[in-house]
Amino acid sequence: MRHIISLLMENEAGALSRVAGLFSARGYNIESLTVAPTEDPTLSRMTLVTRGSDAVIEQITKQLNKLIDVVKLVDLSEGKHIERELMLIKVRAEKTYRDEVKRLADIFRGNIIDVTDTSFIIEMTGDCDKLDAFIKAIHPDMVVEVVRSGALGIARGDKGLNL
Amino acid sequence: MELNGAEIVVQCLRDEGVEYVFGYPGGAVLHIYDALFQQQEVHHILVRHEQAATHAADGYARATGKPGVALVTSGPGATNAVTGIATAYMDSIPMVVLTGQVATPFIGSDAFQEVDTVGITRPCVKHNFLIKDVRDIAETIKKAFYIATSGRPGPVVVDIPKDVTDPAIRIPYEYPKKVEMRSYNPVTKGHSGQIKKAMELILKAERPVFYTGGGVVTGDASKPLIDLVRETGFPITSTLMGLGAFPASDKQFLGMLGMHGTYEANMAMHETDVLIAVGSRFDDRVTGKIALFCPNATIIHIDIDPSSISKNVRVDVPIVGPVKQVLRDMAKLAQEHKADINTTAIKHWWERIEKWRAVDCLRYDRSAEVIKPQYAVEMLHKVTKGDAYITSDVGQHQMFAAQFYPFEKPRRWINSGGLGTMGFGLPSAMGVKFAYPKADVAVVTGEGSIQMCIQELATCKQYELPLKIVLLNNGYLGMVRQWQEFFYSGRYSHSYVDSLPDFVKLAESFGHVGMHVTRPGDLEAAYEEAFAMKDRLVFMDIKIDPEENVYPMIEAGKGHHEMYMSPQLSAERELA
Repeated sequence: MRHIISLLMENEAGALSRVAGLFSARGYNIESLTVAPTEDPTLSRMTLVTRGSDAVIEQITKQLNKLIDVVKLVDLSEGKHIERELMLIKVRAEKTYRDEVKRLADIFRGNIIDVTDTSFIIEMTGDCDKLDAFIKAIHPDMVVEVVRSGALGIARGDKGLNL
Repeated sequence: MELNGAEIVVQCLRDEGVEYVFGYPGGAVLHIYDALFQQQEVHHILVRHEQAATHAADGYARATGKPGVALVTSGPGATNAVTGIATAYMDSIPMVVLTGQVATPFIGSDAFQEVDTVGITRPCVKHNFLIKDVRDIAETIKKAFYIATSGRPGPVVVDIPKDVTDPAIRIPYEYPKKVEMRSYNPVTKGHSGQIKKAMELILKAERPVFYTGGGVVTGDASKPLIDLVRETGFPITSTLMGLGAFPASDKQFLGMLGMHGTYEANMAMHETDVLIAVGSRFDDRVTGKIALFCPNATIIHIDIDPSSISKNVRVDVPIVGPVKQVLRDMAKLAQEHKADINTTAIKHWWERIEKWRAVDCLRYDRSAEVIKPQYAVEMLHKVTKGDAYITSDVGQHQMFAAQFYPFEKPRRWINSGGLGTMGFGLPSAMGVKFAYPKADVAVVTGEGSIQMCIQELATCKQYELPLKIVLLNNGYLGMVRQWQEFFYSGRYSHSYVDSLPDFVKLAESFGHVGMHVTRPGDLEAAYEEAFAMKDRLVFMDIKIDPEENVYPMIEAGKGHHEMYMSPQLSAERELA
């Protein structure tokens, strides 16, 4: 099962490598990982997407909690949550194909943020499936470059993940 | 009080109550060594290799329960220390290792003796720190000791760049009285609801077994464990790491379990209906094949570390908390509900266990002309009246020591169980001897292991540490040879140690006493003589049967009921 885990950790040098090291040392899967400081500059928020059986996910959350730098952790997949990922995609856009790419970007609510005679860069947010679907919709020969941020997640409702 | 960084480091150790620091100087820690030189409270012990510094600190910690402290320089000093750090990590030993680092402006420049110590040690420490400012030293060291000793203990590395200890920079010093960390709050109490649930299972149990590990020793929970086990009347078995937490001479004790455990312990595990795991971590050497592990049991697991629960084996009733408090609460409940224990079933269970015990699975050939390693350990037990601190290295001799030296008290049996570090025995014994100068401390070792840290004989001379080294010399890397005999059709690939030194002369060259022992009949007198030399290190080179194996044995990947016995025992059982 795919799980999206959110954690607050001390914003200290090496904190990221402790998490990354844990995953490689214990052979856990890591699909994406994003990290940035929060409104409290002493804290970083990390979002991790991983896959594994229930037993493996249980171990992953326990092992993460055991890291001294981890302050708080929640497995967002256990409740209702929102997931978003940012993608920047550079596509070939020449002659007749320019309109088609523009139309597709509109359907997916993407913004064209850079234009040349032969290419567009499209900015798009959504859950991972939507971004996958857009890439699929574009002919593979037309895709020049794809950059994805990895998923971010937040729980629905009025409660926040803070101290 | 104004101090410089180096003085702060030393003052922190004093304020932390540290008696001994095991270390080795070098460029990056010269300021600290200068500060050490100018005071008397913290005793620095100069080892001959940084691995030994960490093992000695580790041995001190295991014997006393207090954190061990090591001090090494940057680069190779730190990398040499890694084996000892990993050893302590695997066995959850509280330890603080101070490593020198190149000055902060040089970090990342591949400077002389630079290594990314925080990066290298990260997977084998409970936590580590890199101090970048002299003002952070006191708080960081306080945190290091707090983290190392609380919750599930473990080693903490503090990396200190040379400029941070600059004698020219002086700042006001105060050691923090306590430390609070929002990200680290170890559990201090087991859940009472879970404890009750466990008690209900215990009261209903018909074929229960206690399976206890190193956590009972580390958690100083021997007393409440004994209370609970006696109160219930249940059988108990222990892992290699837990030996001594429950007195081995007690009738309720089934001996060690696992790969080289006793027949009665392993069979009881196989047939138990309620398994009570205490401070043990379901290590592969204990469980054998997971699919065959305790097939009929409901499992209760008490552990301070939540990540230990259901890691290898699914647990039914987890209790996360300090084993001492949880066992105390359980012992009290057991006493109140003693009448509800299913005594008839327990009586039948004991009858079954006694049949297994009657097999006498540790029996060996006593008529032998050569010294059997088992006999050598038994004699050691006799001569030391079972009251010595025994450290060991890793291999056959370690298993023989575990099987044939019955430990009555915790913290007497000191060995590298998790990492299995050869070379651990001698330096860890030095740590024990500093902690308990009057006690008998013996190193049970092999000729392979002892050579991995043999240079420490010089340290023992410098500080006049009268250890007794019991070398069970079979001329082979015994455990490797045993596996090659069993699983590689006797192709003894590189398990034979050719060109051994004359250990007696070697010991003498270091200024110690050496002894050869070759005949079983001479052994007792030799031990008597060695242990009578209270102020000398005696190195006993004991020639043992070169081809003796450790039995019983469960092959890796087999179940507890699939043990094999010594050929002699198997033959006798077939006849019967």
